Amino acid sequence: MAINNDRPIPTQSVGAQFHDNARMSMRDVNIFYGDKQAIFDVSLDIGQNEVMAMIGPSGCGKSTFLRSLNRMNDTIEGCRVVGDIAMDGQDLYDSKLDVVELRARVGMVFQKPNPFPKSIYDNVAYGPKIHGLAESRVDLDEIVESSLRKASLWNEVKDRLHQPGTGLSGGQQQRLCIARAIAVNPEVILMDEPCSALDPIATAKIEELIEELSENFTIAIVTHSMQQAARVSHRTAYFHLGRLIEVNPTEQVFTMPEHELTEGYITGRFG
Amino acid sequence: MTEPTSQAARPTPTDHSATIKASLKRRYRAETRFRWYGRIAIAFGLAAVLVLFVDIISKGHGAFKTTHIAVPVEYDLAQLGVRDLNDNQQLALADWDALFKSGLRELLPDVSGRSARRELYRMVSNGAGYDLKDRLQANPRLANQREQVWLSADDDIDTYFKGLLDGDPYTARVTEQQIEWIDELRSAGQIRTQWNRNFWTRGDSREPEQAGIWGAVMGSLFTLAITFALSFPIGVSAAIYLEEFAPRNRFTDFIEININNLAAVPSIIFGLLGLAIFINFFGVPRSIPILGGLVLTLMTLPTIIITSRAAIKAVPPSIREAALGMGASKHQVVLHHVLPLAMPGMLTGAIIGMAQALGETAPLLMIGMVAFIVDIPQAFTDPATVLPVQIFLWADSPERAFVEKTSAAIMVLLGFLIIMNTTAVWIRKRLERRW
Ligand SMILES: Nc1ncnc2c1ncn2[C@@H]1O[C@H](COP(=O)(O)OP(=O)(O)O)[C@@H](O)[C@H]1O
Ligand SMILES: [Mg+2]
Repeated sequence: MAINNDRPIPTQSVGAQFHDNARMSMRDVNIFYGDKQAIFDVSLDIGQNEVMAMIGPSGCGKSTFLRSLNRMNDTIEGCRVVGDIAMDGQDLYDSKLDVVELRARVGMVFQKPNPFPKSIYDNVAYGPKIHGLAESRVDLDEIVESSLRKASLWNEVKDRLHQPGTGLSGGQQQRLCIARAIAVNPEVILMDEPCSALDPIATAKIEELIEELSENFTIAIVTHSMQQAARVSHRTAYFHLGRLIEVNPTEQVFTMPEHELTEGYITGRFG
Repeated sequence: MTEPTSQAARPTPTDHSATIKASLKRRYRAETRFRWYGRIAIAFGLAAVLVLFVDIISKGHGAFKTTHIAVPVEYDLAQLGVRDLNDNQQLALADWDALFKSGLRELLPDVSGRSARRELYRMVSNGAGYDLKDRLQANPRLANQREQVWLSADDDIDTYFKGLLDGDPYTARVTEQQIEWIDELRSAGQIRTQWNRNFWTRGDSREPEQAGIWGAVMGSLFTLAITFALSFPIGVSAAIYLEEFAPRNRFTDFIEININNLAAVPSIIFGLLGLAIFINFFGVPRSIPILGGLVLTLMTLPTIIITSRAAIKAVPPSIREAALGMGASKHQVVLHHVLPLAMPGMLTGAIIGMAQALGETAPLLMIGMVAFIVDIPQAFTDPATVLPVQIFLWADSPERAFVEKTSAAIMVLLGFLIIMNTTAVWIRKRLERRW
């Protein structure tokens, strides 16, 4: 990353940061790990049913930012979030807000597929069970089936619902994790490099799935693959050293980036 | 970091392979040597174990059999002075020894003179009279009947006779007359060795032929039950709290260091602590399994806490994240995911802790579990001793017959330890999950 040291990194992001129909809105967000600051003054909106891609060189703070959206950072000791993060106008860091409820509304899919070492059925049924979403066994069966269908996994696993989820292939495991996340019918789904541990075929399936899911859910996805961002997202945010450099409609970011740092990254000059 | 100058200074590339070949030989030799060090170390360990087992088994196997003499007995109630078999006072006053004494005289009619007769009577166990009483009480139809009973022989006779069978009789504790009688009985088929029931069913005794391991086994079981019931829940709770809930600060660091220190404290200190706290302060009676269990709990707690924490740490963070991301609360994460995954490791740790506790002697000596206890404990509050202390007591007894009993008790203790450790391995293999 020896490039561009001669130019100061802008404190102002360029592009269309804001959205008329915002589901989540972040204003002047700063995130610290102890004394070290990982995110600087980020303001951004994620629109209703939008797929927002976050790209940038590794270590630039994409995961940190994403994890602040469902307060997963709370579990890291010494991590501090300053600024406003709101969902439908409600402050997520309000002391009255319950993180358990928040995480039921903002689901998350992680980089490495991490199904519970339980059966496929129990994996998907876990969220509905702990949140008391199913009235009866029949209800639960229905939720499990529809979630697995939405994650395009039903046909592959319907005959072995009671076998361990860890016995599936990597791509299937990741789709199981997606099914698990959507089983509680969240409003927003956060995905942190969901395909980085998968082969190209499994990746293609997940990307297809993201497109389908965007009809019903708002999705924020971190990816290190620019092709993936280009394929699945509506808008793309480019992060650099903890700052949000540019946000624009995906097509524009990849064809005529506004900022030269963005251009440098997408043309492969660094990253 | 290669400087061009040094590369240029090197002769030709062909010299390389020669150098490598030479160094290869050296490397292989070092590897072979290394492998042999390992093999020798393992052979040494195996040899030590083998010597131990051979020694113990060769010394102890004799204790599982014991010598019996067939004596004709007539349960003559009138002579015993018993009219009612349900009257305990009459039973207690009766001269039960007379039953086998007359039987022995019948068996060897030539014996005359007081001292010779006394020698004859000493051939069977001191407890033979009581054995006959128990037999009659259990089976009242025998009253005024005759039967032949295999009575256990005195321990000196037993030692001599078993030696005789092995071709190496130990004569120091038997008289020449007794040797003659034994020969006579042997040719008549009236003396033989039998499976030693007493050893498996009785408590301790001053008479080796009547001493059994069962009292100590029960004592150990009661003590371990208390130890497990206390140390497992306490240890696991402490581990969960420290791993999952406690803040990381000076205070928890201090606790952590002290738990590790506690694990290294010599066990006798725990005995002294138990003496001071449980006996002197709380007034718990001495020698009972509850007390032993409390002291052993102090001793095994650090082991269980440390192994449980390791088991909790081994649960991958990704599982925790997944559950938290689903909106599980902290305690749900622990209860639904961490605990089930850590349980095999925790149980393994607990079993290893129990195995340690089972073999522990020193702290129990401090709290009076070294007392001579004949009765088999029936409850957590009955005075008891435990297996390793029983071994200590028998090893300390002067009678020669206790030598084989000591080794036999060691075999029993080792048997329990092997079972426990195998269970631990089995649980680990069985419940281990992959993720
Ligand atoms: N748990 C943590 N503690 C301290 N620093 C962290 C932690 N997680 C991430 N960081 C730091 O924060 C910065 C951003 O990390 P991250 O959000 O993981 O980047 P990205 O996901 O873009 O690769 C990095 O410099 C990283 O070293
Ligand atoms: Mg010790």
